[in-house]
Amino acid sequence: MARWPEMESVILSRATRLMMPVLIVFSVFLLLRGHNAPGGGFVGGLIASTAFALLAISDSVDVARQTLRIEPRRVMGFGLLVALSAGLIGLLSGGSFFEGVWPGIKLPVIGKLGTPMLFDIGVFFVVVGFTLTVVFTLLTEED
Amino acid sequence: MENLLVLPIVIPLVTAGFCLLASRRIRLQRSLSLFGMVALTIATLALFDAVRSEGILVIQAGAWPAPYGITLVADRLSAMMLLLSAIAGLAVTAYAGWSVGERRERFHFYPLLHVLLLGISGSFLTGDLFNLYVCFEVMLMASFVLLCLGGERAQLEGGVKYVILNLISSAIFLTATGLLYGAVGTLNMADLSVRIAQYENREVINSLAMLFLVAFGLKAALFPFAFWLPASYHTPPFAVSAIFAGLLTKVGVYALLRVFTMLFVGDPDFTHTVIGILAAASMVFGALAALSQKDIRRVFAFQIMSTVGFMALGIALGTPLAIAAVVFYLAQDVILKCNLFMLGGVADKLRGSGNLDKLGGFWKTKPFFSILFLISLLTLAGVPPLPGFWPKLALLRSTIETGEGVLVAAVVLAAFLTLFSSIRIWSGGIWRDAPPPDLEPTDLAEREKDARWMMVPAAGLSGLLLAYALAAGPVFDYAEAAADQLLNPQVYVQAVLGEGN
Amino acid sequence: MVTWLAMLIGGLYAAGFYLMLRRSLIKIILGLAIFAHGANLMILAAGNPRRVDVDVKIPIVPEGAEQLLQPYADPLPQALVLTAIVIGFGLQAFTLALAKSVYDRMGVDDVDAMRDPDLTEPPTRRDAQELVSHEELDSVAPAALPGTAVGS
Repeated sequence: MARWPEMESVILSRATRLMMPVLIVFSVFLLLRGHNAPGGGFVGGLIASTAFALLAISDSVDVARQTLRIEPRRVMGFGLLVALSAGLIGLLSGGSFFEGVWPGIKLPVIGKLGTPMLFDIGVFFVVVGFTLTVVFTLLTEED
Repeated sequence: MENLLVLPIVIPLVTAGFCLLASRRIRLQRSLSLFGMVALTIATLALFDAVRSEGILVIQAGAWPAPYGITLVADRLSAMMLLLSAIAGLAVTAYAGWSVGERRERFHFYPLLHVLLLGISGSFLTGDLFNLYVCFEVMLMASFVLLCLGGERAQLEGGVKYVILNLISSAIFLTATGLLYGAVGTLNMADLSVRIAQYENREVINSLAMLFLVAFGLKAALFPFAFWLPASYHTPPFAVSAIFAGLLTKVGVYALLRVFTMLFVGDPDFTHTVIGILAAASMVFGALAALSQKDIRRVFAFQIMSTVGFMALGIALGTPLAIAAVVFYLAQDVILKCNLFMLGGVADKLRGSGNLDKLGGFWKTKPFFSILFLISLLTLAGVPPLPGFWPKLALLRSTIETGEGVLVAAVVLAAFLTLFSSIRIWSGGIWRDAPPPDLEPTDLAEREKDARWMMVPAAGLSGLLLAYALAAGPVFDYAEAAADQLLNPQVYVQAVLGEGN
Repeated sequence: MVTWLAMLIGGLYAAGFYLMLRRSLIKIILGLAIFAHGANLMILAAGNPRRVDVDVKIPIVPEGAEQLLQPYADPLPQALVLTAIVIGFGLQAFTLALAKSVYDRMGVDDVDAMRDPDLTEPPTRRDAQELVSHEELDSVAPAALPGTAVGS
C-alpha cells in the first residue's frame, strides 16, 4: 500500500525490486574499493540506504522496515561500535589511536585486510542507519 | 599515560552505541547511561590528575605527525573542562530518569546525551580548528534533536531559532577556517600560533579573528548574537536545559578563550577591544533582561548571557589575573548553571509550572530544597565565601587595573543587577507564601516522590559548590597555572609539534 | 580558473544569504545549504589557489614510484571538504525533518507566524477558564490551535 494512493505505481514498485539487489551489490563494491579509489563507507552507505528509501517510496515505510529487518537505529549503534573498534585495535596493538593495522592477509576480490577497512565498514552501517532513520521519519505521517 | 586522552571520546561513543542497540529497553538504557557517565567521570578524573602532575599530554591519532594529523591535546584548561562536563553529564543522567518521562526517553534521549558529551569532550580535546568544527557539529546535531525531543509546539518554535542561528554560526566558522587555511596553510592550533605571529598582513588576520569572534560568540551566547538562547532554553525538558546551560555555551567560551589567547593576539588593541565592548554589553543587557522575565528558565537563560559577558570580559582584558578569573569562573559556572536548571526542574515538578507567579511557599514546606536553591542563588549573586564571588572580585580588580571607567561601571552594575535578580527569584519563587495550587491531589504524591529523587543529583552539585567555597585557594592556584599555560603557548606548541620548534 | 571559482563562491554566498533572509523556513534551509556549499568550495579553492591553473597531479603515489609527482594538489582541503560535506548532509537532513514536523504541527512555513508570543504555549486549563470569564477565548483560540495556518 502506497502512502499516496494517487502516486501508487506498479512500474516503480517492480523496478525497485529489480534495482534493490543491484544497488546493494554496488554499495558493497564502492565500500570495498574505497581505500585507494573513489568510493568508501560513506558513499557506499548512501547507495545502500537509497535502495531501502526507494522501497519506502514505491511501496511503504512498513515494507521497507520489514525488508531491512533490523531497526535503523540499531544499525547505527552497531556501526558506531565497529568503527570505534578499528581505532581501539590500533591502540591495543601497541600503536596510536586509529593507527592502521595490516595483518598482511590478501583476499582475491576484497584486497588487503586492515583496520581502515573495518572503520569504513563501521561508517557504512552508521550512514545506512542514520539515513534510513531520517528517511523513515520524513515519510511517516504524524499520528 | 597519553592513552588516557582517548577515553573521554571512546567512553561516550561506546555507551551511545550500546544504548542504540538497546533501543526499546529504557531501564537498561538508564543503567548503561549511568554506568557510562561514572566511567567517564573516573577517566576524566584520572586525566585531570595526570595533566596536573605531568603537564600537557598529547596524542597523534593514527600516528600521523603533528601539523598533518589529528592531534588530541589536554592542557590544564581542557582537563578541567573535561572533568566538569563529565560531572555535569553524570548529574543530568541521574536526574533525567525521574524528570524526562518515558515517552521522551524513548526518542533516543540517552544515546543523544552521550553523543552530545562526545562532541563536548572532543571540542575540549582537539588540537586543531577543523576538528573543533567537526566536534561542534557533532555536539550541535545531538543538541538539535534533544531540544526538539517530544516535539511540543513551543519546543519546535524555539528549536527553529536555535537551529538556524547555530547553523549560520557553523557556516561562518567553516568559512573562517577555510580562509585561515588559505592564508597560513595550517589548522593545527600549535602550528597556527607560530605561523599567525609570522604572518605579515594584519588586516587579513584581524578580519579572520572577527569571523571567529562571530562564530564562537554565537555559540557562547555573547551579546548581540545571543537571542536564540532565551528563545529556546525554556522549552525542552529540564534535564536537557540543564546540560545545555551547563556546557554548551561554555564550549563557545572555551573556544573564544583558546583562540584569543593563543592565536589572535597580534593586535589586541583592535580585537580585544571589540570583545570588551561586546562583553560589557552582554553583562549589563543579560542581567537587565533577566529582571523582566517571569519564567524561571528564561530568567536563568538571560543570566547565562550575563555570565558569558563576564567571562568574555576576562578574555578581552587578557592579563594573567583576568584569564585566571575566567578559568575559575568556568569551573564554578558549569556546575552552577546545571544545578540552577535542575533545581528549577524540581520546582516545576512540584508545582507544574516554572512561572515565578506559581511558585513560592517552599521555605515552609521544603526547607532542604530551599537551602539547595539558596546556595546556588548566592553563588549566582556572587556572595562571599561562595565560589561566585572570587572570579568576580578578580575580574573587577583586573578591570580597575586597566583604568577603563566604563568597564568598571559595567562590571559593578551587572553584579548588582545579578544580585537583585537572585533576590527576586528567592523572594518570589521560594520565600513568599504559596499561591493556590493548580494540580490534582492524586498527581501530587507521585510528583513529590519524583522530586525527591531529582534532588539527589542537585544536592551533589550543591555540595560541590560548597566544596569550591572551602577550596577556593587551591582552585585559584590551579586557575592561575591554567592561565599561565594559555598565555605562554610555547609550552603547548612544543608539546604538540615536538622539540624542534 | 581562480577568478571563475571566486565568482562562483561569491554567487553561492550571495544566493545563500538572500535565501536566509526570507521568511519561509524551507527557503532558509535551502539558503543554509547553498551557503555551506559555498564554504566547501572556498576551502577547496583556499587550499592552493595558485596551482589551479597549473596541471596538478592527484596526491597519490603512483604504482612503482617512490614519491608524488610534482606539482601535486594539496590533499588536506579535499579531506576537510569531504568531512564538511558529510556533516552538512547530516545537518540538512535534520533541518528538513524539523521543518516537516513544524509544518505538521503548526501548519506554518513562515518563521514570523511561529513567533507570536501569545502562541508560545497553548493556554493551560486555568488560563482558559480565566479567558472564558473575560470572553476573550475566541480571540485567542483559533490561532492557538495547531493546524490552522496563521500566515497563509
